[in-house]
Amino acid sequence: MFWKSTYNELIKISFKPRSYLGVGGISIIILLILMAMKLDGSLYIEIITGQFDDSLSFEGNILNGNLIAFLIIQMLIIHVPLLVAFVTGDLVSGESAMGTIRLLLTKPISRSSVLMSKFLASVMYTFFLVLWIAFLALVVSYFIFGSGDLIVLNFDGLAIFQDGDITWRFILGFSLAFLSLVTVATLSLTFSCFSENSIGPIVATMGIIILFTIIGSLDVPVFDSIKPYLFTTHMAAWRYFFDDPVSKDEVINSIIILISHIVFLLGIALYKFNKKDILS
Amino acid sequence: MEEHQKIVEVKKLVKYYGKFCAVENVSFDVYEGDIFGFLGPNGAGKSTTIRTILSLINPSSGSIHLFGKSLDKNRNFILSKIGSIVEKPDFYKYLSAEKNLEIFARISGANVSKKQVHEIIEFVGLKGRERDKVTGFSHGMKQRLGIAQTLLHDPELIILDEPTTGLDPQGIIDIRNLILQLKTERNKTVILSSHILSEIELIANRMIIINKGKTVVEGNVSELLNSQELIVSFTVDKVPEAKKLLEANNLWTDSNTIEGFNLLLHTSEKSVPIINKLLCLHDVNVVSIEKKRKLEDYFLKLITN
Repeated sequence: MFWKSTYNELIKISFKPRSYLGVGGISIIILLILMAMKLDGSLYIEIITGQFDDSLSFEGNILNGNLIAFLIIQMLIIHVPLLVAFVTGDLVSGESAMGTIRLLLTKPISRSSVLMSKFLASVMYTFFLVLWIAFLALVVSYFIFGSGDLIVLNFDGLAIFQDGDITWRFILGFSLAFLSLVTVATLSLTFSCFSENSIGPIVATMGIIILFTIIGSLDVPVFDSIKPYLFTTHMAAWRYFFDDPVSKDEVINSIIILISHIVFLLGIALYKFNKKDILS
Repeated sequence: MEEHQKIVEVKKLVKYYGKFCAVENVSFDVYEGDIFGFLGPNGAGKSTTIRTILSLINPSSGSIHLFGKSLDKNRNFILSKIGSIVEKPDFYKYLSAEKNLEIFARISGANVSKKQVHEIIEFVGLKGRERDKVTGFSHGMKQRLGIAQTLLHDPELIILDEPTTGLDPQGIIDIRNLILQLKTERNKTVILSSHILSEIELIANRMIIINKGKTVVEGNVSELLNSQELIVSFTVDKVPEAKKLLEANNLWTDSNTIEGFNLLLHTSEKSVPIINKLLCLHDVNVVSIEKKRKLEDYFLKLITN
């Protein structure tokens, strides 16, 4: 029954117009970035490399698919949580608002199974969204800009990765970005269990992300102890794969923090959803 | 009816919302083959009781047994034998009627084939509209689709909470006929809550009336109605003469009243033709004779008491 319910959830997501807003939005943004970089990319590269003209000389195709893909992830990772929350925040509260929750919960399937199938469907939707970003960022960028070494400006200076040393970094980077987006999806699904309308969970999710991001960026000692445990601190953890060498401890720490958030939030969601009186 | 199996057994059901008691010690039984009417004014606790039976609401105390099993411990087994509409039938508006039914069929606990889905669509009179999105459906069509949804897994018990709310007169008749068909053609047990009392009177064989969360009366509809004194309204053209005639023949009692051209007589069914003949023989024209002992009067009497 769980898998049938998950299949149902995927059908609902795939037929819901709002599901395609995220895909459409991402496609438009990426295509705009690609177009802008095709037209003015060399100027952009000159601005970055100009800082190092005195000490370094750059040769070869610097404005390549790898660099464009890196820039795209960096830009999009800020906006994608909203697009994820837009769909996942509606999964329970949308049913309450529509009234279909009454039909759904009078079927011979446990509430936990209903919620877990919604969670699994939201994970799949997030995976599809990340896959779509990866496709546009990597495949289309490669097709337009070709391949080449990747030059990344990190905190501790320039890092240069050879063309053959990049694919695995993108795969693992996208995987970690996916995990952070699943955390966002779980957060909005949890809020969704507390709400009877679709907007509330989306606003609450974005509110939490903004609040945690502000706390994370404030240089105030009182917040120092909690910063490492905020999931927003680990939303940019995918960048660890573009350090040389990759800090495995940092990566593992981020994975543990993100998974802990998912498990904790899912626990709250399950408790609330099982205890909830359906009055809508 | 007692020889039939007990399908629903609700005992001392209590539900609190904070300090407000929505349902207080409600108990009733529903037997196999019943069309069980659930009556009460708005806010009486009907929907809360029905939602509790369907496990949408957790009771504060009391016990609910369906098909001889406790709802607490056998929720999924019990729900696999129930089809229900709670208040208005809401569906995924962005999906077609057929897709909606397929979604609910998939988690109904039975293997429902596409052929069966189409047969049910035909049964509720939605053939030809199954591919249309629900967003374009009228309230009556959604109600039919709601009933189709209840039948998908061929349940033994069907629970319909206010199924005729918001329907036009034709829609009400259609849904009423559909409910009767469920009993006669498909041998279903039906629990029907409605604020349209005539509907319960027309189709239910047993009923419960609740008010302010408490049971007012429960029993067989005809027995409960027959236990009440019959009031017959005679509309006549000469009221004073009619009254004198009835007094002279010991057919007038102090409880009888006059409203305009209507004589409201507390009498028995046997006396009706006698009174009619008496009036006609003495040149009092009887324009109409109407039984006033209806569920509506009975209901109002119980509620106001």
